[in-house]
Amino acid sequence: MITLTINGLEVSVEKGTTLLEAAQFLGFPIPTLCHMEGLSPYGACRLCVVEIGEGPKARLVSSCTYPVEEGLKVRTASARVLNARKMVLELLLASCPQSKTIQDLASAHAIRQQRFRQEYEDCILCGRCVRMCAEQMMANAIGFRGRGAKRSLGTPFDAKSEVCRQCGGCIYVCPACELRCTYTEPEKAICGGCANLAPPCVQKDPFDDMMCYMNPCVACEISQES
Amino acid sequence: MSQSLQDTVQQICRDHQNDRGRLMDIVTGVQAKFGYVNQQAIDLIAKSVNAPRVDVESVVSFYAFFSPTPKGKVTIRLCNDIIDRMHGSARSAQAFFDDLGIGFGETTADGMISLESVPCIGLSDQAPAALINDVPVTCLTSDSAHDIVAELKTHMDPQKLVKSFGDGKNSDPLIRSMVRNNIRQPGPIIFSPCVRGEAIKKALSISPAEVIRAIKTARLRGRGGAGFPTGIKWEFCRAAEGDRKYVLCNADEGEPGTFKDRVLLTERADRVFAGMTIAGYALGAEEGILYLRGEYAYLRTYLEDVLTKRRGDGLLGKDILGKKGFNFDIRIQMGAGAYICGEETSLISSCEGLRGDPKNRPPFPAQKGYLGYPSVVNNVETFCCVTKILELGPASFNEHGSAGSSGTKLLSIAGDCTTPGVFEVDFGITLGEVLKLAGAENAIAVQVGGPSGQLVSPKDYGRKICFDDLATGGSIMTFGPGRDVLKIAQCFMEFFIEESCGYCTPCRVGNVLLKERLEQIAAGRGQPSDLDYLQDLGETIKTTSRCGLGQTSPNPILSTLKNFREVYEKLVRPCEDGLLPTFDIHAAIGQAKRITGRESVVFK
Repeated sequence: MITLTINGLEVSVEKGTTLLEAAQFLGFPIPTLCHMEGLSPYGACRLCVVEIGEGPKARLVSSCTYPVEEGLKVRTASARVLNARKMVLELLLASCPQSKTIQDLASAHAIRQQRFRQEYEDCILCGRCVRMCAEQMMANAIGFRGRGAKRSLGTPFDAKSEVCRQCGGCIYVCPACELRCTYTEPEKAICGGCANLAPPCVQKDPFDDMMCYMNPCVACEISQES
Repeated sequence: MSQSLQDTVQQICRDHQNDRGRLMDIVTGVQAKFGYVNQQAIDLIAKSVNAPRVDVESVVSFYAFFSPTPKGKVTIRLCNDIIDRMHGSARSAQAFFDDLGIGFGETTADGMISLESVPCIGLSDQAPAALINDVPVTCLTSDSAHDIVAELKTHMDPQKLVKSFGDGKNSDPLIRSMVRNNIRQPGPIIFSPCVRGEAIKKALSISPAEVIRAIKTARLRGRGGAGFPTGIKWEFCRAAEGDRKYVLCNADEGEPGTFKDRVLLTERADRVFAGMTIAGYALGAEEGILYLRGEYAYLRTYLEDVLTKRRGDGLLGKDILGKKGFNFDIRIQMGAGAYICGEETSLISSCEGLRGDPKNRPPFPAQKGYLGYPSVVNNVETFCCVTKILELGPASFNEHGSAGSSGTKLLSIAGDCTTPGVFEVDFGITLGEVLKLAGAENAIAVQVGGPSGQLVSPKDYGRKICFDDLATGGSIMTFGPGRDVLKIAQCFMEFFIEESCGYCTPCRVGNVLLKERLEQIAAGRGQPSDLDYLQDLGETIKTTSRCGLGQTSPNPILSTLKNFREVYEKLVRPCEDGLLPTFDIHAAIGQAKRITGRESVVFK
């Protein structure tokens, strides 16, 4: 067991626990976006930053990836943390203003004005879908391409993926948009669009035992009825 | 064609044991063979190494030297670093545009020559410079650019462009390069003569723990810039649990304005490898990797040869120098044009055949590094110092330098100065003295530590070069009278935006916004509150980013705001007419004006 102090409260947790888990165990709220239980820690959105250490050596770290250390002093809501968190949230809001999840978070953090130029992208590159696809669905159908501002995600060559079973896991976990399932034809990117595409799960036996997150899925219901 | 593609790609994969971890080498091989790595090649590689296709595509799209679309037989990569720009790279660029009839990022219609604009290629002291395939071409002028194109069109062999060789080992039959070393001031440690094998012999005569103690006694700190104590790093790694350990040498010298590692690898390769071998002994590692940046590919054959000779002389391989049970060998891992790979966890990702995204820390590489095994990553210069410490003893190393920073430091000085080149100086030297050495006393600003360092104004020329004051990985860029401080900052911000991996929000989104606002201020459309905006946003990026790149990327703006605030203050004006100066009303209503075909009644 490892003992550390979070916001002045001492807590003992098992080795390997993250600061986020320890704080949540004590009931301290920390907002998260790229973090998701069941997926590997990622640390990309930087929303869950907390302050560790003291004096001039105090620094901000992402609590979802930082493991607990003996005697560590953690502050989850210091002025520095809140300022940084607020600005990161503003950056996220600027890059993806239509996301309900981000809007709610911004509202909860009393962001009333947007200082940054808005981008109207539909993705914050939090990587939830990529991890979902690889770690839970074992499909590895989507991944990141490019770097920097040109970083994007999708299937190889933006073509129909041979390994995608259209389970819908990526849409299910996406915090930023409800438009991820553009498939290869954006005009079909509407709810229930998968039914029109005749996904392989209703066509082929090999996918029978596969997990699927589209529940209820129109396609499955149709196939069961017929 | 497609059959030969299939055979060749599969052969390249087999040459690397169809190992997924060697993806970088495989893709480099395919790129070199065909000039591109297309969809079909990616499919074949994915099948051969048994990796998801998306992973291979991910790697290909990450590195600047890989291209999914066909490139010319010859690629001209012109350096767009600030120093090259100051020395007139635009004129050579124009000459290339005119003669080839293409712009940057394009290929001639006959598919022979491609032109690209790339960040610093480590030749700032002989700027403007370009890489033509692997061959560096230095001191370009518009005339020489014309000649290069004319010559290339006749033989298409970049090596033939090298008419005369540079000094030192640059004329070695395995290098044959026109690059000059420009060693202006050799010092008592790094450039001093050294008996080959002596340091390893001394290391092997004492225990690994004593080797680490010697490094600690010498108070050696990492030469890459961050200055972490090398001995402590080694001790962590030695104490960490793991069946295997790795020694990695960071020769991904990407910081603009730095070129000392290039000189070390050319002139003191043996010393670098000796340092790695000593680290291997101290840590109990059997394998070392030299991560060589793609821009220095012209040194590879030579370095491989040095390794072969060392193996022949019993300085590498099994039972080194007769020490039973001490086996150590080194392989060279090529990079492919990504500055971020100089960050140690990115470097490890790249060695593992992944995208060069940094890893989360902790765990630190010393606990869990390459392939999950404890690893140390040190700079080329650090390993040189290790060799010297073991050869002469820690005391003689300690004689040099200042209290917190012992030993000497290599500085790469370039820009507006009379003698650009490499200088070995004692730590603790003042910036003013450094400028005198290079003949840049009239500099109006000096960038210490590259874009991730800081821009220092003349009032701070009395400050000292050492880890506790002005820390630098080696890059010193001098700017003479008439240079525009904001232009410099803009250029560096462009660099960071281009080289960011895009993983975390602050660095990916924030830097673009920083640069935009800076441009608006430079264009005279800023208001006083914009300075606070830059400061706030910059500080947030600095504190919340995930890796060293993000944490230093706002420095060009933060340090100019601090040291050259008057430049900003002259440009900003308070808003008087009720409109934000940053908001361009005429651009905003431009479309409406076009549609209606008349001017605005309110905004004339």
